[in-house]
Amino acid sequence: MSEPASDLRLRERSVLRESPGPTERNVVRALKPRKQEERRVNGQAVLLEGLSKSFGRRHVLSRLNLEIPAGQLLAIVGRSGCGKSTLLRLIAGLDRSSSGTISVGGAEVNSLQSNVRLLFQDARLLPWHRVISNVGIARAKNWRDSAAAALADVGLADRANDWPAVLSGGQAQRVALARALVSRPGVLLLDEPFGALDALTRTEMHRLLERIWHEHGFTTVLITHDVAEAVALADRVIVLRDGGIALDIPIDLHRPRRGPADTSAVAFQARILNEV
Amino acid sequence: MTVGSETARKKDVLMAIRPAQTRSATALTFIASWALPLGLLVVWEIASRSGVLSTRLLPAPSAVAAAFAESVRNGTLPTNAAISTERALKGLAIGGGIGFVLGIFAGISRLIEVVFDSSMQMLRNVPHLAIIPLVILWFGIGEEAKIFLVAIGTAFPLYLNTFHGIRTIDVRLIEMARVYGLGRLALFWRVILPGALPSILIGLRFSLGIMWLTLIVAETISSTSGIGYMTMNAREFLQTDVVVLGVIVYALLGKLADTITRLIEARALAWHPAYRLNATREATS
Ligand SMILES: Nc1ncnc2c1ncn2[C@@H]1O[C@H](COP(=O)(O)OP(=O)(O)O)[C@@H](O)[C@H]1O
Ligand SMILES: [Mg+2]
Repeated sequence: MSEPASDLRLRERSVLRESPGPTERNVVRALKPRKQEERRVNGQAVLLEGLSKSFGRRHVLSRLNLEIPAGQLLAIVGRSGCGKSTLLRLIAGLDRSSSGTISVGGAEVNSLQSNVRLLFQDARLLPWHRVISNVGIARAKNWRDSAAAALADVGLADRANDWPAVLSGGQAQRVALARALVSRPGVLLLDEPFGALDALTRTEMHRLLERIWHEHGFTTVLITHDVAEAVALADRVIVLRDGGIALDIPIDLHRPRRGPADTSAVAFQARILNEV
Repeated sequence: MTVGSETARKKDVLMAIRPAQTRSATALTFIASWALPLGLLVVWEIASRSGVLSTRLLPAPSAVAAAFAESVRNGTLPTNAAISTERALKGLAIGGGIGFVLGIFAGISRLIEVVFDSSMQMLRNVPHLAIIPLVILWFGIGEEAKIFLVAIGTAFPLYLNTFHGIRTIDVRLIEMARVYGLGRLALFWRVILPGALPSILIGLRFSLGIMWLTLIVAETISSTSGIGYMTMNAREFLQTDVVVLGVIVYALLGKLADTITRLIEARALAWHPAYRLNATREATS
């Protein structure tokens, strides 16, 4: 879990975009000025300019503009079918946009990106490969070592030689996360990755994602239909509606967050639900 | 021949509805599965000895056993069995190989599918034994005739199941592989081939069945060696014990081939819950 340092950093980032924050934050920052630099930000900024996508006559995204600073954890919520997955697939380079540009880390995206990893709702493990071989699927140099390290990172070091079929849903999703982490991506895209999990496992996965995101510092785009999840995890939440951004708010809550019991979180949820 | 996935699913269902068997239950299943054939054998022997069953129509099991011992001693059984097996395997290697390769290419390439698939679908409906007269015209009664027939018979199940296996691979896995930057070759070896393997092995089992059937017919009709010839020859001399022996040998060879494929399945499909559990159960029955 994150220490106070992360709160500081995260809050500071929201401050940059929002109005001046409460003064006590500045006091704390003054007390521990050096702690802020501890979290490595290996993430890459994502920039969408005038992005449109249509399937035939159906316009799914229209002239979308969005800037995601490096290292930010952004959550996107919206009704089913509003184009969330489409947006992620465009950023990943899996599909082509109808018009507009996407850039990751300053370079324009034209095809599949090795520095961008996509986590699907289903784990999509190859059932005929053992867990470790799934994690090292790209077979990069020394893949066994890096795969073992990534598995240890998600707490599944002891399952390296199991078949995917014997894993629970949550474990499979953790293996998929480890697979995404092996190559140390600059951007991690998550398409409703916890939607199929039970509530307890989901909370566990939230903690895991938060910890790993904090350690690795990659830019994260999390799609979810669960507004509570978005508020619990994200630095910033946007609501996608009618092909555009209907709401864009920073969530400047302390980390670690206490979930739905938190009253200020409830206020955020209400605001977001209002726009969905 | 899309029964492939069907059988796999049935296995899953069986495993799901039946609790795991204990050791003693397994032993019991083993005894139960052999009770009927052994009982029949005893009744058959008694019927023959008491004269109820004419030995000219059906010899006693003990007579068949004696014929077995004699044919092993004078070498006719081992020689003929070896010749039959060689023909069977050659035909399978050629026909099954062609079916497999065509299935792979039609599976991964739309163009090849367009060129081959409708013809294959049409041809597979021709009973291949119907062309025996033609084959004899072409090849006489030489080795080629038998191998050709086996090859024709075994090509289709492997083609159809390989093709079907590739086409039913989860596209989401292929998409995932693309995201992780797998090239064409890696995609084939690590995603497409293993994904199609359950179906391919089911095709192989169908092919093995057809392989023996074709060979029996071909050897019975035109041959001067092999188990089929051995039984036809024995019929002329009214050696019913040898005829029955031949039938039993065919059954055993067929069973052997099936067991080998099951072992291959258990190894190659170890990742598949249904096959893994089933293999251990069926190895005992
Ligand atoms: N490949 C496709 N062809 C045609 N329509 C598509 C395709 N992919 C998505 N769509 C349509 O685009 C819209 C947005 O889909 P999607 O991005 O999956 O929504 P969601 O927000 O639920 O993830 C839907 O109306 C869907 O029907
Ligand atoms: Mg979606």
